[in-house]
Amino acid sequence: MKPDLSVQVGPLKLRNPVLLASGTVGYGNEMSEFIDLNSIGGIVTKSLSLKPRKGNPPQRIVETPSGMLNAIGLQNVGVEEFLKEKIPFLNKFDVPLICNIAASTFEEYVECTRILSKEETIKAFEINVSCPNVKEGGLQFGNDVKAVGKITAGVKAVTNKPVIIKLSPNVSYISEFAKVAKDEGADAVSAINTLVGTAFNIITKKPKLFNVTGGLSGPAIRPIALAKILEIKKSVDIPIIGIGGIMDWKDVIEFMIAGSNAIQLGTVNFIDPSAAGKIIKGLEDYCIKYGIVKISSLTGSCIV
Amino acid sequence: MFITNAPVKETIKLENDIILLKIYSPDIASVIKPGEFLNVKVSQTCFPLLRRPFSVCDVEGDHIFLMFNILGEGTKALANKNKEDLIDILGPLGNGFHLDDNFDTAVLVAGGLGVAPFPYLTRMIGNKKNIYSYIGGRTNTDVITYGMKNFKASTEDGSLGFKGNVVELLAQDIDTLKSEKIKIFACGPNAMISSLKQFCVKHNFDCEASTECAMACGFGICQGCPIESANNKDKYLLVCKNGPVFNIRDIVI
Repeated sequence: MKPDLSVQVGPLKLRNPVLLASGTVGYGNEMSEFIDLNSIGGIVTKSLSLKPRKGNPPQRIVETPSGMLNAIGLQNVGVEEFLKEKIPFLNKFDVPLICNIAASTFEEYVECTRILSKEETIKAFEINVSCPNVKEGGLQFGNDVKAVGKITAGVKAVTNKPVIIKLSPNVSYISEFAKVAKDEGADAVSAINTLVGTAFNIITKKPKLFNVTGGLSGPAIRPIALAKILEIKKSVDIPIIGIGGIMDWKDVIEFMIAGSNAIQLGTVNFIDPSAAGKIIKGLEDYCIKYGIVKISSLTGSCIV
Repeated sequence: MFITNAPVKETIKLENDIILLKIYSPDIASVIKPGEFLNVKVSQTCFPLLRRPFSVCDVEGDHIFLMFNILGEGTKALANKNKEDLIDILGPLGNGFHLDDNFDTAVLVAGGLGVAPFPYLTRMIGNKKNIYSYIGGRTNTDVITYGMKNFKASTEDGSLGFKGNVVELLAQDIDTLKSEKIKIFACGPNAMISSLKQFCVKHNFDCEASTECAMACGFGICQGCPIESANNKDKYLLVCKNGPVFNIRDIVI
Protein backbone atom coordinates (compact mmCIF):
# COMPACT_ATOMS: atom_id res chain seq x y z
CA MET A 1 0.00 0.00 0.00
CA LYS A 2 1.20 3.50 -0.80
CA PRO A 3 2.02 5.31 2.44
CA ASP A 4 0.29 8.58 3.25
CA LEU A 5 2.96 11.27 3.01
CA SER A 6 0.61 14.16 3.69
CA VAL A 7 1.20 16.28 6.75
CA GLN A 8 -0.63 18.99 8.62
CA VAL A 9 1.19 22.15 9.72
CA GLY A 10 -1.41 23.93 11.80
CA PRO A 11 -4.23 24.73 9.37
CA LEU A 12 -2.00 24.03 6.38
CA LYS A 13 -2.45 20.66 4.68
CA LEU A 14 0.58 19.61 2.61
CA ARG A 15 0.80 16.65 0.24
CA ASN A 16 4.17 15.75 1.74
CA PRO A 17 6.54 17.26 4.31
CA VAL A 18 9.11 18.53 1.79
CA LEU A 19 9.12 22.29 1.26
CA LEU A 20 11.74 24.40 -0.49
CA ALA A 21 13.27 27.02 1.78
CA SER A 22 13.21 30.73 1.24
CA GLY A 23 16.20 32.06 -0.68
CA THR A 24 17.00 28.69 -2.23
CA VAL A 25 14.20 28.48 -4.77
CA GLY A 26 13.95 32.06 -6.05
CA TYR A 27 10.36 32.55 -7.16
CA GLY A 28 10.05 29.05 -8.57
CA ASN A 29 10.87 29.53 -12.23
CA GLU A 30 14.50 28.36 -12.23
CA MET A 31 13.68 25.31 -10.10
CA SER A 32 10.84 24.25 -12.38
CA GLU A 33 13.46 23.11 -14.89
CA PHE A 34 14.65 20.46 -12.46
CA ILE A 35 11.64 19.32 -10.46
CA ASP A 36 7.92 18.97 -10.89
CA LEU A 37 6.75 21.73 -8.57
CA ASN A 38 3.39 19.97 -8.31
CA SER A 39 5.05 17.05 -6.55
CA ILE A 40 6.48 18.92 -3.56
CA GLY A 41 4.92 19.95 -0.27
CA GLY A 42 5.33 23.68 -0.84
CA ILE A 43 7.50 26.57 -1.88
CA VAL A 44 8.68 29.36 0.36
CA THR A 45 9.55 32.42 -1.72
CA LYS A 46 12.68 34.51 -1.44
CA SER A 47 12.17 37.06 1.35
CA LEU A 48 10.05 39.97 0.20
CA SER A 49 10.20 43.51 1.47
CA LEU A 50 7.83 46.36 0.68
CA LYS A 51 10.26 48.00 -1.75
CA PRO A 52 12.89 46.21 -3.86
CA ARG A 53 16.23 45.67 -2.11
CA LYS A 54 19.52 45.74 -3.92
CA GLY A 55 21.32 43.44 -1.47
CA ASN A 56 24.97 43.41 -0.45
CA PRO A 57 27.95 43.90 -2.77
CA PRO A 58 30.08 40.84 -3.52
CA GLN A 59 31.53 38.68 -2.05
CA ARG A 60 28.28 37.16 -0.83
CA ILE A 61 29.15 33.45 -0.65
CA VAL A 62 31.95 31.55 1.07
CA GLU A 63 32.24 27.81 1.35
CA THR A 64 33.17 26.44 4.78
CA PRO A 65 33.63 22.86 6.02
CA SER A 66 30.38 21.04 5.12
CA GLY A 67 28.64 24.36 4.90
CA MET A 68 28.47 27.79 3.37
CA LEU A 69 28.22 31.35 4.55
CA ASN A 70 25.92 33.70 2.70
CA ALA A 71 25.39 37.41 3.05
CA ILE A 72 22.99 38.20 0.24
CA GLY A 73 21.36 41.04 2.15
CA LEU A 74 17.78 40.18 1.20
CA GLN A 75 18.06 41.20 -2.45
CA ASN A 76 14.49 40.95 -3.71
CA VAL A 77 12.05 42.42 -6.21
CA GLY A 78 9.68 43.94 -3.65
CA VAL A 79 6.00 43.24 -3.09
CA GLU A 80 4.65 45.12 -6.11
CA GLU A 81 6.85 43.45 -8.73
CA PHE A 82 6.34 40.08 -7.03
CA LEU A 83 2.57 40.37 -7.46
CA LYS A 84 2.86 41.60 -11.04
CA GLU A 85 5.73 39.52 -12.42
CA LYS A 86 6.17 36.41 -10.26
CA ILE A 87 2.68 35.36 -9.12
CA PRO A 88 1.37 34.66 -12.68
CA PHE A 89 4.08 32.00 -13.16
CA LEU A 90 3.49 30.45 -9.74
CA ASN A 91 -0.26 30.40 -10.44
CA LYS A 92 0.31 27.74 -13.08
CA PHE A 93 1.21 25.18 -10.42
CA ASP A 94 -0.77 23.33 -7.85
CA VAL A 95 1.71 23.82 -5.03
CA PRO A 96 1.16 25.67 -1.76
CA LEU A 97 2.92 29.00 -1.94
CA ILE A 98 4.27 30.40 1.30
CA CYS A 99 5.40 33.99 1.12
CA ASN A 100 8.43 34.88 3.21
CA ILE A 101 8.47 38.46 4.46
CA ALA A 102 11.50 40.30 5.75
CA ALA A 103 11.20 43.91 6.81
CA SER A 104 13.14 46.67 8.50
CA THR A 105 10.36 47.93 10.73
CA PHE A 106 7.29 46.58 12.50
CA GLU A 107 5.06 48.66 10.23
CA GLU A 108 6.69 47.21 7.11
CA TYR A 109 6.03 43.62 8.24
CA VAL A 110 2.38 44.44 8.76
CA GLU A 111 2.00 46.37 5.51
CA CYS A 112 3.62 43.63 3.41
CA THR A 113 1.38 41.00 4.96
CA ARG A 114 -1.72 43.15 4.46
CA ILE A 115 -1.04 43.71 0.77
CA LEU A 116 -0.02 40.12 -0.01
CA SER A 117 -2.91 38.69 1.98
CA LYS A 118 -5.31 39.71 -0.80
CA GLU A 119 -3.55 37.35 -3.21
CA GLU A 120 -5.44 34.06 -3.52
CA THR A 121 -2.39 32.04 -4.59
CA ILE A 122 -0.53 32.71 -1.34
CA LYS A 123 -1.48 30.04 1.15
CA ALA A 124 0.54 31.16 4.17
CA PHE A 125 3.19 33.59 5.38
CA GLU A 126 6.58 32.87 6.81
CA ILE A 127 7.82 35.86 8.77
CA ASN A 128 11.58 36.20 8.69
CA VAL A 129 12.47 37.80 12.00
CA SER A 130 15.94 36.34 11.88
CA CYS A 131 17.94 37.32 8.81
CA PRO A 132 21.50 37.93 10.02
CA ASN A 133 22.62 39.91 6.98
CA VAL A 134 20.91 43.26 6.99
CA LYS A 135 21.75 46.30 9.04
CA GLU A 136 18.31 47.03 10.39
CA GLY A 137 15.53 44.58 11.20
CA GLY A 138 16.21 40.90 10.80
CA LEU A 139 18.38 39.58 13.57
CA GLN A 140 17.80 42.51 15.86
CA PHE A 141 14.12 41.49 15.97
CA GLY A 142 14.97 37.81 16.09
CA ASN A 143 17.01 38.37 19.26
CA ASP A 144 14.26 40.24 21.05
CA VAL A 145 11.40 38.20 22.48
CA LYS A 146 9.13 41.24 22.78
CA ALA A 147 9.74 42.28 19.15
CA VAL A 148 8.96 38.78 17.89
CA GLY A 149 5.73 38.83 19.91
CA LYS A 150 4.74 42.25 18.59
CA ILE A 151 5.47 41.34 14.96
CA THR A 152 3.55 38.07 15.28
CA ALA A 153 0.50 39.84 16.70
CA GLY A 154 0.79 42.61 14.12
CA VAL A 155 0.79 40.33 11.08
CA LYS A 156 -1.89 38.02 12.52
CA ALA A 157 -4.16 41.04 12.88
CA VAL A 158 -4.12 41.75 9.14
CA THR A 159 -4.40 38.26 7.64
CA ASN A 160 -6.58 35.18 7.93
CA LYS A 161 -3.88 33.02 6.37
CA PRO A 162 -1.60 30.86 8.49
CA VAL A 163 1.45 32.66 9.86
CA ILE A 164 4.75 30.85 10.40
CA ILE A 165 7.48 32.61 12.38
CA LYS A 166 11.02 31.76 11.21
CA LEU A 167 13.20 31.61 14.30
CA SER A 168 16.83 32.54 14.80
CA PRO A 169 19.20 30.00 16.33
CA ASN A 170 21.46 32.85 17.48
CA VAL A 171 19.75 33.03 20.87
CA SER A 172 20.18 31.26 24.20
CA TYR A 173 16.75 29.62 24.34
CA ILE A 174 14.90 29.31 21.07
CA SER A 175 11.88 27.85 22.88
CA GLU A 176 11.20 31.24 24.51
CA PHE A 177 10.75 32.68 21.04
CA ALA A 178 8.55 29.79 19.93
CA LYS A 179 6.42 30.33 23.02
CA VAL A 180 5.87 34.03 22.40
CA ALA A 181 5.06 33.32 18.76
CA LYS A 182 2.44 30.79 19.86
CA ASP A 183 1.01 33.11 22.52
CA GLU A 184 0.57 35.86 19.93
CA GLY A 185 -1.26 33.56 17.56
CA ALA A 186 1.37 32.11 15.21
CA ASP A 187 0.20 28.94 13.50
CA ALA A 188 3.67 27.38 13.31
CA VAL A 189 7.35 28.14 13.63
CA SER A 190 10.17 27.28 11.25
CA ALA A 191 13.59 26.57 12.69
CA ILE A 192 16.34 27.22 12.21
CA ASN A 193 17.48 30.19 10.20
CA THR A 194 21.23 30.43 9.56
CA LEU A 195 23.86 30.83 12.27
CA VAL A 196 26.06 33.91 12.27
CA GLY A 197 29.56 33.10 11.09
CA THR A 198 32.54 34.58 9.30
CA ALA A 199 35.76 33.64 7.51
CA PHE A 200 38.99 35.52 6.81
CA ASN A 201 41.51 35.67 4.02
CA ILE A 202 44.79 34.83 5.74
CA ILE A 203 46.90 36.85 3.31
CA THR A 204 44.95 40.11 3.23
CA LYS A 205 43.56 39.59 6.78
CA LYS A 206 40.23 40.88 5.51
CA PRO A 207 36.89 39.09 5.96
CA LYS A 208 35.94 37.05 2.91
CA LEU A 209 32.41 38.44 2.94
CA PHE A 210 31.78 42.10 2.11
CA ASN A 211 29.24 42.10 4.93
CA VAL A 212 31.95 40.72 7.31
CA THR A 213 29.58 38.15 8.78
CA GLY A 214 27.09 35.88 7.06
CA GLY A 215 24.65 33.10 7.74
CA LEU A 216 26.02 29.58 8.02
CA SER A 217 23.94 26.85 6.40
CA GLY A 218 24.40 23.32 5.12
CA PRO A 219 25.09 19.99 6.81
CA ALA A 220 27.48 21.69 9.27
CA ILE A 221 24.49 23.12 11.16
CA ARG A 222 22.27 20.02 11.10
CA PRO A 223 23.00 18.81 14.67
CA ILE A 224 22.33 22.31 16.00
CA ALA A 225 19.02 22.48 14.14
CA LEU A 226 17.98 19.11 15.54
CA ALA A 227 18.78 20.18 19.10
CA LYS A 228 16.86 23.44 18.70
CA ILE A 229 13.83 21.60 17.27
CA LEU A 230 13.95 19.14 20.15
CA GLU A 231 14.05 22.04 22.60
CA ILE A 232 10.96 23.66 21.06
CA LYS A 233 9.09 20.37 20.82
CA LYS A 234 9.68 19.59 24.48
CA SER A 235 8.33 22.85 25.82
CA VAL A 236 5.94 24.48 23.33
CA ASP A 237 2.90 22.96 21.66
CA ILE A 238 3.24 24.47 18.19
CA PRO A 239 3.79 22.88 14.75
CA ILE A 240 7.43 23.01 13.64
CA ILE A 241 8.90 23.19 10.17
CA GLY A 242 12.46 21.90 10.51
CA ILE A 243 15.30 23.46 8.55
CA GLY A 244 19.05 23.04 8.70
CA GLY A 245 21.39 21.23 6.33
CA ILE A 246 19.05 18.51 5.12
CA MET A 247 20.76 16.70 2.23
CA ASP A 248 18.74 13.49 1.82
CA TRP A 249 15.65 11.56 2.95
CA LYS A 250 17.42 10.13 6.00
CA ASP A 251 17.93 13.65 7.32
CA VAL A 252 14.22 14.35 6.85
CA ILE A 253 13.31 11.33 8.98
CA GLU A 254 15.70 12.57 11.66
CA PHE A 255 14.12 16.03 11.63
CA MET A 256 10.63 14.55 11.90
CA ILE A 257 11.61 12.26 14.75
CA ALA A 258 13.06 15.28 16.58
CA GLY A 259 9.71 17.06 16.33
CA SER A 260 9.22 18.54 12.87
CA ASN A 261 5.81 18.34 11.18
CA ALA A 262 7.40 19.28 7.87
CA ILE A 263 10.84 20.32 6.69
CA GLN A 264 12.49 22.73 4.27
CA LEU A 265 15.32 22.00 1.90
CA GLY A 266 17.77 24.87 1.60
CA THR A 267 21.45 24.65 0.67
CA VAL A 268 20.97 21.26 -1.03
CA ASN A 269 18.93 23.00 -3.76
CA PHE A 270 22.09 24.87 -4.81
CA ILE A 271 24.02 21.64 -5.16
CA ASP A 272 21.34 19.39 -6.58
CA PRO A 273 18.26 21.30 -7.73
CA SER A 274 16.53 17.97 -8.33
CA ALA A 275 17.04 16.82 -4.71
CA ALA A 276 13.42 17.32 -3.60
CA GLY A 277 12.11 14.62 -5.97
CA LYS A 278 14.70 12.07 -4.81
CA ILE A 279 13.98 12.88 -1.17
CA ILE A 280 10.23 12.40 -1.55
CA LYS A 281 10.83 9.05 -3.24
CA GLY A 282 13.23 8.07 -0.41
CA LEU A 283 10.61 8.94 2.21
CA GLU A 284 8.03 6.80 0.47
CA ASP A 285 10.42 3.84 0.28
CA TYR A 286 11.31 4.24 3.96
CA CYS A 287 7.65 4.22 4.97
CA ILE A 288 7.00 1.10 2.90
CA LYS A 289 10.05 -0.69 4.28
CA TYR A 290 9.17 0.03 7.92
CA GLY A 291 5.40 -0.32 7.58
CA ILE A 292 4.66 3.33 8.31
CA VAL A 293 1.13 4.08 7.14
CA LYS A 294 1.19 7.82 7.79
CA ILE A 295 4.48 9.69 7.73
CA SER A 296 3.04 12.27 10.11
CA SER A 297 3.20 9.62 12.86
CA LEU A 298 6.96 10.15 12.92
CA THR A 299 6.70 13.71 14.23
CA GLY A 300 8.20 13.92 17.69
CA SER A 301 8.55 10.12 17.92
CA CYS A 302 12.10 10.24 19.25
CA ILE A 303 12.72 8.33 22.44
CA VAL A 304 14.61 10.56 24.86
CA MET B 1 20.52 22.54 -19.04
CA PHE B 2 21.45 19.07 -17.79
CA ILE B 3 22.53 17.43 -14.57
CA THR B 4 24.66 14.60 -15.81
CA ASN B 5 27.21 12.09 -14.57
CA ALA B 6 29.95 12.16 -17.17
CA PRO B 7 33.07 9.99 -17.31
CA VAL B 8 36.56 11.44 -17.27
CA LYS B 9 38.45 10.22 -20.32
CA GLU B 10 41.83 11.82 -19.87
CA THR B 11 43.70 14.06 -17.45
CA ILE B 12 46.24 16.06 -19.42
CA LYS B 13 49.01 17.91 -17.59
CA LEU B 14 49.92 21.07 -19.44
CA GLU B 15 52.88 23.33 -18.72
CA ASN B 16 53.06 25.10 -15.34
CA ASP B 17 50.81 22.69 -13.38
CA ILE B 18 47.76 23.43 -15.48
CA ILE B 19 45.35 20.52 -15.80
CA LEU B 20 43.13 19.82 -18.78
CA LEU B 21 40.33 17.38 -18.09
CA LYS B 22 38.72 15.60 -21.03
CA ILE B 23 35.16 14.49 -20.25
CA TYR B 24 32.74 12.47 -22.38
CA SER B 25 29.40 14.26 -22.49
CA PRO B 26 27.61 14.27 -25.84
CA ASP B 27 24.60 16.08 -24.33
CA ILE B 28 26.63 19.07 -23.21
CA ALA B 29 29.13 18.97 -26.07
CA SER B 30 26.36 19.29 -28.64
CA VAL B 31 24.86 22.46 -27.19
CA ILE B 32 27.46 24.38 -25.20
CA LYS B 33 28.84 27.64 -26.64
CA PRO B 34 32.16 29.40 -25.97
CA GLY B 35 32.01 31.40 -22.76
CA GLU B 36 29.24 29.31 -21.18
CA PHE B 37 30.13 27.41 -18.04
CA LEU B 38 29.57 24.22 -16.08
CA ASN B 39 29.05 23.82 -12.36
CA VAL B 40 30.85 20.70 -11.24
CA LYS B 41 30.38 18.63 -8.08
CA VAL B 42 33.83 17.25 -7.49
CA SER B 43 32.94 14.75 -4.75
CA GLN B 44 29.96 12.68 -3.68
CA THR B 45 30.40 13.82 -0.08
CA CYS B 46 29.83 17.10 1.74
CA PHE B 47 33.46 18.06 1.33
CA PRO B 48 33.75 20.10 -0.75
CA LEU B 49 30.06 20.88 -0.45
CA LEU B 50 29.36 23.24 -3.31
CA ARG B 51 29.83 22.82 -7.03
CA ARG B 52 32.75 24.54 -8.72
CA PRO B 53 32.16 26.70 -11.80
CA PHE B 54 34.40 26.20 -14.84
CA SER B 55 34.02 27.80 -18.23
CA VAL B 56 34.14 25.29 -21.04
CA CYS B 57 37.70 25.28 -22.38
CA ASP B 58 37.14 23.32 -25.55
CA VAL B 59 34.82 20.89 -27.29
CA GLU B 60 35.92 18.06 -29.56
CA GLY B 61 33.13 15.84 -30.91
CA ASP B 62 31.39 14.31 -27.90
CA HIS B 63 34.01 15.54 -25.45
CA ILE B 64 34.28 18.68 -23.37
CA PHE B 65 37.45 20.03 -21.79
CA LEU B 66 37.93 21.91 -18.52
CA MET B 67 41.12 23.82 -17.72
CA PHE B 68 42.21 24.63 -14.18
CA ASN B 69 45.12 24.83 -11.79
CA ILE B 70 45.11 23.23 -8.37
CA LEU B 71 44.09 25.96 -5.95
CA GLY B 72 42.05 24.32 -3.22
CA GLU B 73 40.30 21.13 -2.21
CA GLY B 74 37.88 21.21 -5.13
CA THR B 75 40.43 21.45 -7.91
CA LYS B 76 42.68 18.95 -6.10
CA ALA B 77 39.87 16.38 -6.04
CA LEU B 78 39.15 17.03 -9.70
CA ALA B 79 42.79 16.66 -10.71
CA ASN B 80 42.92 13.28 -8.93
CA LYS B 81 40.05 11.76 -10.91
CA ASN B 82 40.89 8.53 -12.67
CA LYS B 83 39.87 7.53 -16.17
CA GLU B 84 36.16 6.56 -16.25
CA ASP B 85 35.43 8.20 -12.88
CA LEU B 86 32.07 9.93 -13.14
CA ILE B 87 31.75 13.59 -12.38
CA ASP B 88 28.47 15.32 -11.68
CA ILE B 89 28.05 18.28 -14.02
CA LEU B 90 25.32 20.89 -14.16
CA GLY B 91 25.18 22.89 -17.35
CA PRO B 92 25.57 24.48 -19.76
CA LEU B 93 25.00 27.63 -17.71
CA GLY B 94 25.06 31.36 -18.39
CA ASN B 95 25.53 33.38 -21.53
CA GLY B 96 28.58 32.97 -23.74
CA PHE B 97 30.40 35.11 -26.30
CA HIS B 98 28.58 36.39 -29.37
CA LEU B 99 30.39 35.53 -32.58
CA ASP B 100 27.83 36.71 -35.10
CA ASP B 101 28.51 40.45 -34.69
CA ASN B 102 29.92 42.57 -37.46
CA PHE B 103 33.70 42.21 -37.07
CA ASP B 104 36.59 40.95 -39.18
CA THR B 105 39.17 40.39 -36.46
CA ALA B 106 38.73 38.80 -33.04
CA VAL B 107 41.12 40.15 -30.44
CA LEU B 108 41.41 37.77 -27.50
CA VAL B 109 42.71 39.23 -24.25
CA ALA B 110 43.47 36.84 -21.40
CA GLY B 111 44.96 37.26 -17.95
CA GLY B 112 46.39 34.14 -16.28
CA LEU B 113 43.86 31.30 -16.30
CA GLY B 114 41.55 33.67 -18.15
CA VAL B 115 42.68 31.81 -21.27
CA ALA B 116 40.36 28.96 -20.21
CA PRO B 117 37.40 29.76 -22.52
CA PHE B 118 39.55 30.76 -25.49
CA PRO B 119 40.64 27.46 -27.07
CA TYR B 120 36.96 26.79 -27.81
CA LEU B 121 36.35 30.36 -28.96
CA THR B 122 39.41 30.10 -31.22
CA ARG B 123 38.12 26.82 -32.63
CA MET B 124 34.64 28.23 -33.29
CA ILE B 125 36.01 31.29 -35.07
CA GLY B 126 38.24 28.98 -37.11
CA ASN B 127 39.38 30.56 -40.34
CA LYS B 128 36.31 32.74 -40.70
CA LYS B 129 37.99 35.77 -39.14
CA ASN B 130 41.44 36.91 -38.10
CA ILE B 131 42.48 36.23 -34.54
CA TYR B 132 45.05 38.15 -32.49
CA SER B 133 45.63 36.86 -28.97
CA TYR B 134 47.18 38.75 -26.06
CA ILE B 135 48.05 36.73 -22.98
CA GLY B 136 49.19 38.33 -19.74
CA GLY B 137 50.55 37.04 -16.46
CA ARG B 138 52.51 38.17 -13.44
CA THR B 139 55.43 35.99 -14.44
CA ASN B 140 56.32 33.57 -17.24
CA THR B 141 54.76 30.53 -15.54
CA ASP B 142 51.36 32.29 -15.54
CA VAL B 143 51.31 32.55 -19.32
CA ILE B 144 49.27 29.69 -20.76
CA THR B 145 49.23 29.33 -24.51
CA TYR B 146 47.32 26.07 -24.95
CA GLY B 147 44.89 26.25 -27.87
CA MET B 148 45.73 29.90 -28.60
CA LYS B 149 46.49 31.23 -32.05
CA ASN B 150 48.67 34.11 -33.16
CA PHE B 151 49.56 35.24 -29.66
CA LYS B 152 51.75 37.80 -27.92
CA ALA B 153 52.58 37.60 -24.24
CA SER B 154 53.18 40.08 -21.46
CA THR B 155 54.51 39.58 -17.94
CA GLU B 156 54.63 42.10 -15.15
CA ASP B 157 58.16 41.05 -14.18
CA GLY B 158 59.36 40.97 -17.77
CA SER B 159 60.32 37.27 -17.59
CA LEU B 160 58.46 36.59 -20.83
CA GLY B 161 57.45 38.85 -23.71
CA PHE B 162 56.43 42.45 -23.10
CA LYS B 163 57.19 43.85 -19.63
CA GLY B 164 53.96 45.26 -18.25
CA ASN B 165 50.31 44.29 -18.20
CA VAL B 166 48.31 42.86 -21.06
CA VAL B 167 46.30 46.03 -21.69
CA GLU B 168 49.55 48.00 -22.08
CA LEU B 169 50.66 45.35 -24.55
CA LEU B 170 47.41 45.77 -26.44
CA ALA B 171 47.88 49.54 -26.48
CA GLN B 172 51.19 49.07 -28.31
CA ASP B 173 49.27 47.65 -31.27
CA ILE B 174 46.66 50.39 -31.31
CA ASP B 175 47.40 51.42 -34.91
CA THR B 176 46.88 47.89 -36.23
CA LEU B 177 43.74 47.44 -34.13
CA LYS B 178 42.28 50.74 -35.37
CA SER B 179 42.87 49.81 -38.99
CA GLU B 180 40.66 46.71 -38.76
CA LYS B 181 37.07 46.04 -37.78
CA ILE B 182 37.76 44.36 -34.45
CA LYS B 183 35.86 42.91 -31.52
CA ILE B 184 37.67 42.25 -28.26
CA PHE B 185 36.95 39.12 -26.21
CA ALA B 186 38.34 39.17 -22.70
CA CYS B 187 38.66 36.93 -19.69
CA GLY B 188 40.80 37.51 -16.63
CA PRO B 189 40.98 39.12 -13.21
CA ASN B 190 38.63 42.01 -12.46
CA ALA B 191 41.53 44.49 -12.42
CA MET B 192 42.40 43.52 -16.00
CA ILE B 193 38.76 43.73 -17.15
CA SER B 194 38.47 47.11 -15.48
CA SER B 195 41.50 48.58 -17.20
CA LEU B 196 40.45 46.99 -20.50
CA LYS B 197 37.07 48.66 -20.19
CA GLN B 198 38.70 52.08 -19.98
CA PHE B 199 40.81 51.22 -23.01
CA CYS B 200 37.78 50.07 -25.04
CA VAL B 201 35.68 53.08 -24.14
CA LYS B 202 38.54 55.45 -25.00
CA HIS B 203 39.14 53.86 -28.41
CA ASN B 204 35.52 52.93 -29.10
CA PHE B 205 36.16 49.18 -29.42
CA ASP B 206 33.45 46.55 -29.00
CA CYS B 207 34.27 44.22 -26.17
CA GLU B 208 32.72 41.27 -24.38
CA ALA B 209 34.28 40.11 -21.14
CA SER B 210 33.82 36.96 -19.12
CA THR B 211 33.64 37.78 -15.41
CA GLU B 212 33.98 35.69 -12.30
CA CYS B 213 32.50 35.74 -8.83
CA ALA B 214 32.10 33.25 -6.00
CA MET B 215 28.74 31.55 -6.43
CA ALA B 216 26.80 28.59 -5.08
CA CYS B 217 24.14 27.41 -7.52
CA GLY B 218 25.18 28.77 -10.93
CA PHE B 219 21.64 29.25 -12.22
CA GLY B 220 20.20 32.25 -10.41
CA ILE B 221 18.56 31.03 -7.23
CA CYS B 222 21.22 31.70 -4.60
CA GLN B 223 21.78 35.32 -5.71
CA GLY B 224 25.36 34.92 -4.56
CA CYS B 225 27.18 36.49 -7.52
CA PRO B 226 26.14 40.12 -8.03
CA ILE B 227 27.86 42.49 -10.42
CA GLU B 228 27.10 46.19 -10.66
CA SER B 229 25.05 47.15 -13.71
CA ALA B 230 26.08 50.22 -15.72
CA ASN B 231 22.46 50.78 -16.76
CA ASN B 232 20.59 50.42 -13.48
CA LYS B 233 22.30 51.37 -10.25
CA ASP B 234 19.39 50.06 -8.16
CA LYS B 235 19.70 46.46 -9.24
CA TYR B 236 22.65 44.10 -9.52
CA LEU B 237 23.11 41.75 -12.43
CA LEU B 238 24.01 38.14 -11.63
CA VAL B 239 27.28 36.80 -13.02
CA CYS B 240 25.81 33.30 -13.39
CA LYS B 241 22.57 34.19 -15.12
CA ASN B 242 23.05 37.54 -16.84
CA GLY B 243 26.70 36.70 -17.57
CA PRO B 244 29.33 35.43 -17.10
CA VAL B 245 29.98 37.12 -20.46
CA PHE B 246 28.87 40.74 -20.57
CA ASN B 247 29.19 43.58 -23.01
CA ILE B 248 31.89 45.43 -21.12
CA ARG B 249 29.83 48.63 -21.27
CA ASP B 250 26.95 47.02 -19.38
CA ILE B 251 28.89 46.42 -16.16
CA VAL B 252 30.63 48.58 -13.60
CA ILE B 253 33.96 46.98 -12.89
